[in-house]
Amino acid sequence: MLKDITLGQYFPGTTSIHRMDPRMKLILTTAYIVVLFVAKGILSYMLLLAWLLTTVRLSRIKISVIFRGVRPLLFIISLTALLNMLYTPGRPALEFWILTITYEGIFVAIKMVSRIIMLITGTLLLTYTTSPIVLTDGLEQLLNPLKKLRVPVHELAMMMSIALRFIPTLIEEADKIINAQKARGADFETGSIFKRAKALIPLLVPLFISAFRRADELAIAMECRCYRGGEGRTSLRQLKYSSIDLKAMLFSVIVFTAVIVLRVLGI
Amino acid sequence: MSAIIKTENLHHVYGAGTPFERMALNNVNIEIERGEFIGLIGHTGSGKSTLIQHLNGLLKPSHGRVLFNGVDIWENIKRVREIRFKVGLVFQYPEHQLFEDTVYKDIAFGPSNMGFTKSEIDERVREAAEFVGITDEQLSKSPFELSGGQKRRAAIAGVIAMRPEVLILDEPTAGLDPAGREEILSRIRGYHEKLNTTVILVTHSMEEIAKNASRIIVMEDAKVRMTGTAKDIFSHADELESMGLAVPQITQVFLRLRNMGLDVDPSVYTIDQAEREIMEVRRKYDA
Repeated sequence: MLKDITLGQYFPGTTSIHRMDPRMKLILTTAYIVVLFVAKGILSYMLLLAWLLTTVRLSRIKISVIFRGVRPLLFIISLTALLNMLYTPGRPALEFWILTITYEGIFVAIKMVSRIIMLITGTLLLTYTTSPIVLTDGLEQLLNPLKKLRVPVHELAMMMSIALRFIPTLIEEADKIINAQKARGADFETGSIFKRAKALIPLLVPLFISAFRRADELAIAMECRCYRGGEGRTSLRQLKYSSIDLKAMLFSVIVFTAVIVLRVLGI
Repeated sequence: MSAIIKTENLHHVYGAGTPFERMALNNVNIEIERGEFIGLIGHTGSGKSTLIQHLNGLLKPSHGRVLFNGVDIWENIKRVREIRFKVGLVFQYPEHQLFEDTVYKDIAFGPSNMGFTKSEIDERVREAAEFVGITDEQLSKSPFELSGGQKRRAAIAGVIAMRPEVLILDEPTAGLDPAGREEILSRIRGYHEKLNTTVILVTHSMEEIAKNASRIIVMEDAKVRMTGTAKDIFSHADELESMGLAVPQITQVFLRLRNMGLDVDPSVYTIDQAEREIMEVRRKYDA
């Protein structure tokens, strides 16, 4: 049951989006998010939607897969839409009891919803097409200049990749412990919130102990292989920009600039 | 005599409907009588662990039935939890599930989930501790102060304390030294002999099974391939080997002797039997 949780799941592939340099993907995704908040008019949204759909198309990720990623947030999205419809002042479109829905409200709601969905889709695309390890590599490289300011960039990246690496392991472990305690009659599913919280103790204590044990073993294994932090450490995967990255950058720069220009012009 | 545990056309599919779909049990029909000591053996991934998790209702069959004392355990969903008290399952590395601050409290976890009074729980805890050789002094310690073998025995006591009618152990000796292994196995044997509880021992080791089990079930590729006494099973040494299961070393020696043309019984699996067999053969050749 715990295995159903997916967290930034990666779909291996060889499309041009998959082969892009993770640094470029990170930069462009960040830029896309910023521009998404800059965008104002319908035309700007259309442009960004075109950018997004092109990327989705190129990555060969199925729409249904993306929808599955958006689904957990549907509640928040609908709540946002509802609140916007009700609380935006303007010409009333529909009056019902003490509630008034305005035309302006509907417009704002549509805008907010598409903004959120486009935001999620864009970031999902990044994690769907980039393996976590490559992603942390890219992040580390990008943040490298911060080392001058004594930010422990390598350590942070290492922590992140270890955390990602151990998510499936810990899920499996939790599953095993749940079954073992169920075999002794533990009941995780029924009872009041209080009772259920208490029922978690037989799960959490062994899980923490095993996490500490694993951390200890990993630390020793790393020391045995002479790990000494990031100083002078080279990488197995050398990141290199290629022509794909250049094309992606040019395409994105054109779209994003257009959106900014439209904003400045007030369209 | 009716079977205490019986499976009918038991199938289990993991991840049904996804690309990762995998058949873990394929038409498994077994029958286990009250008081038997069953050895369940099979290669990693043969479906042993999936099978035993069906026997106490942790997994629900995709198809087929599991009967306990003749009643389908999934007939009434509310009663599945009771089945877990009757069919005690000790997982692999059970010491990883210890969580209380004293060994006593940890062993008491099962019985207190069953809703017994304090004195009943106390009786069960002490009885279970005695079976596995945990002393009174150790009962008041933290489980994390015990040695590896002691921790494992304490965890096994946690299941025995529920006084299950069937005790299933999934590789109870994995990762222990020879002395620790023998200690655990002899404790389980003693428990079986004293209470005549049905025991199912899952293991990789043919030696362990040969020594303890009254009947052996061999699994391969989600199916039950053979059942029978140690003697029956070990006479199919070639088939076992093709499944990646080694017969006991002593049996291997006798197989070689037979292949070399000596008239010996190749299904020998203990040192005593081997000794008798060799004496027999010598007498034959001397005569």
